[in-house]
Amino acid sequence: MIKSFKKNIKGILIEGLTLSSALLIIAIVVVMVTVIVIGGKDQISWEFLTSFPEDGMTKGGIFPAIYGTALLVIIMSVAAVPFGTITAIYLTEYAKENSVIAKTIRFAVRTLAVIPSIIYGLFGLGFFIKFVGTQMDNTFLGGQLKWGQPNILWASLTMALLTLPVVIVSVEEALKTVPKDLRAASLALGATKWQTIWKVVIPGSISGIMTGTILAVSRGAGEVAPILFTGVAYYVATLPSSLSDQFMVLGYHIYVMTTQSANVDKTMPIQFGTTLVLLALTFILNISAIVLRYRIRKKKTN
Amino acid sequence: MTKKNQKGKPSKSSDSGLIDITRKKFRWSDYLAEKVIKGTAFLSITIIVLIFFFVFRESLPIFYSAKSTEQTETAGNASSVQETYGEVTDKPAAPEVQETYGEVTDQSNTQEQYGEVKDTSAPADSVEKAYTVSAGSGFDDNRSALKSLLTKDWVPVSEKPRYGILSLIIGTFKITIISILFAAPLAILAALYTASFAGKRLKEIIKPTIELLAGFPSVVIGFFALMVLATFLQEIFHYETRLNSFVGGIAMGIAAIPIIFTITEDALTAVPKTFNEASLALGASKWQTAFLVILPAATPGIFAAVLLGIGRVFGETMIALMATGNAAMMDLNPFTSVRTLAATIGAEMAEVVFGDTHYNVLFLIGSLLFIFTFILNAIAEFYVKGKLMKRIQGK
Repeated sequence: MIKSFKKNIKGILIEGLTLSSALLIIAIVVVMVTVIVIGGKDQISWEFLTSFPEDGMTKGGIFPAIYGTALLVIIMSVAAVPFGTITAIYLTEYAKENSVIAKTIRFAVRTLAVIPSIIYGLFGLGFFIKFVGTQMDNTFLGGQLKWGQPNILWASLTMALLTLPVVIVSVEEALKTVPKDLRAASLALGATKWQTIWKVVIPGSISGIMTGTILAVSRGAGEVAPILFTGVAYYVATLPSSLSDQFMVLGYHIYVMTTQSANVDKTMPIQFGTTLVLLALTFILNISAIVLRYRIRKKKTN
Repeated sequence: MTKKNQKGKPSKSSDSGLIDITRKKFRWSDYLAEKVIKGTAFLSITIIVLIFFFVFRESLPIFYSAKSTEQTETAGNASSVQETYGEVTDKPAAPEVQETYGEVTDQSNTQEQYGEVKDTSAPADSVEKAYTVSAGSGFDDNRSALKSLLTKDWVPVSEKPRYGILSLIIGTFKITIISILFAAPLAILAALYTASFAGKRLKEIIKPTIELLAGFPSVVIGFFALMVLATFLQEIFHYETRLNSFVGGIAMGIAAIPIIFTITEDALTAVPKTFNEASLALGASKWQTAFLVILPAATPGIFAAVLLGIGRVFGETMIALMATGNAAMMDLNPFTSVRTLAATIGAEMAEVVFGDTHYNVLFLIGSLLFIFTFILNAIAEFYVKGKLMKRIQGK
């Protein structure tokens, strides 16, 4: 009797311990969100979102940063989504599950996912700017400096490399949910393999491609380290108009305002406001991705 | 064209089975599509190789000093290089030495002369050497940089720059240990709860919350740590410096929680249901099953989770930049400022001169980070997976 009671106590203790760990994590998230929402909500106004910084960034809005972030993720998606989707198609449709090639590609994708983002920044600097950019300048512009320096194109491409694994993993998961019967039916009706993929498999997994894109955009909007020296600027007076311009980004704006601004206390509201905007942006994107993915998984179990 | 293809006669052997039907006729569209797709799929491998190559390439000059001196010095002090270059090539000694080397081999001073020949035989090399003797900066710089690498002084911007990355490495490990000690138990226990005890409704709260946390930009976590967490923790622990490795470690731990949680949870749910059922049928209680059966069965997966968590913390840049104080100090006190490897790159790369020794050292640090995370991932991938499979299949 006593023994089973002891056993029970132990069980309750252990279950409580694990439960409190889970609750603590939730609490951390809630506290972070609450603090940032409370700190930033008074700052958010239409004007804040649509005007330029003023008075040495101590006043005014964050429009160039929002615009730069949007541009960055658009160019990035244009580069990352097609390549990611095609890689996922290869892995699910063409490669044999246990072939050396498929295994190597999967390993490469997972490695890409864990390489620190700052390494991508170094790679962007060493490869895109100092190698590709300088070569372009030398061959097309006769050595005039245009592409051999940080700009939005190189930053977006660097970011695209970083988000490639995100796209690949999501699309692969979605492709696997397309029933084998559909493929078989299409093939049996005389469609070729490529026709089957193009007309049956891809339309059936479009939500997965969407999820991948959204997750990639959310990741790309929040990362700062890869673009630190591949294109982001502390302040630019005009919006970027060509691919060779520098640009502002929300995440970097937060970083410089908190660490390098002359008057940190004075700009506190702007810092909280910017953080809130960035957080809200990634939240909306992530929640929609979670909902989409939930639907895909539901479809799979049905 | 496609219509034609569809009407194409099936080949003789295709009276049964899908594979035969797909093989019925050679089609250019299909062939091209397959080749393009296959080619694109290799992109990810190519990127890894390129990253390897380019990050290493930029750090090589430190070891291969001559090349770097060429790069850095020709632009600035062209005139002095020219001078020394002239001296060297005008020296009549060079061809003579070459001759003696060919003719006499027994003479006592050949050894010396041979050395000279070696130096002068490659003109570029000799220029650098001669230059160093006369002006003595570029080559020396790289030499001393290489020598100072394993010391503890990180003073890259000064008259005599020293690049001791030891303090950076210690700082990085210090912060990694703190954050893993914080994040790993929390995430593993929470994952155990979600996998073994949680009801459906709680699961539907915990999992999306973790996913949201995974989506938190690291700048936002860094901002939170800098603005709120640092003050909060200082009030509790009463330490001196507000931003230190403890604050940074906790903040990075928050960033690492989702990774550890997700992989651990995957590993726990991958344990076959029969384990669970057998344990319960033998009279074990729910917690005994969870702790003594499921958890041990999933250890390799949890190990992988922790490894990847370490990788995440190790390379985290923005949080390190914002919340650790960024002073390169060499001690083991958790309440002093630290500077991590990644933060050093992030903070200093924008200000260095291209091709400079400092630039190369930063790339060297990048290579170290890359190798470290690559190895961690490889261990997690191959060793752990093999073990997990064996264990679950009961071999």
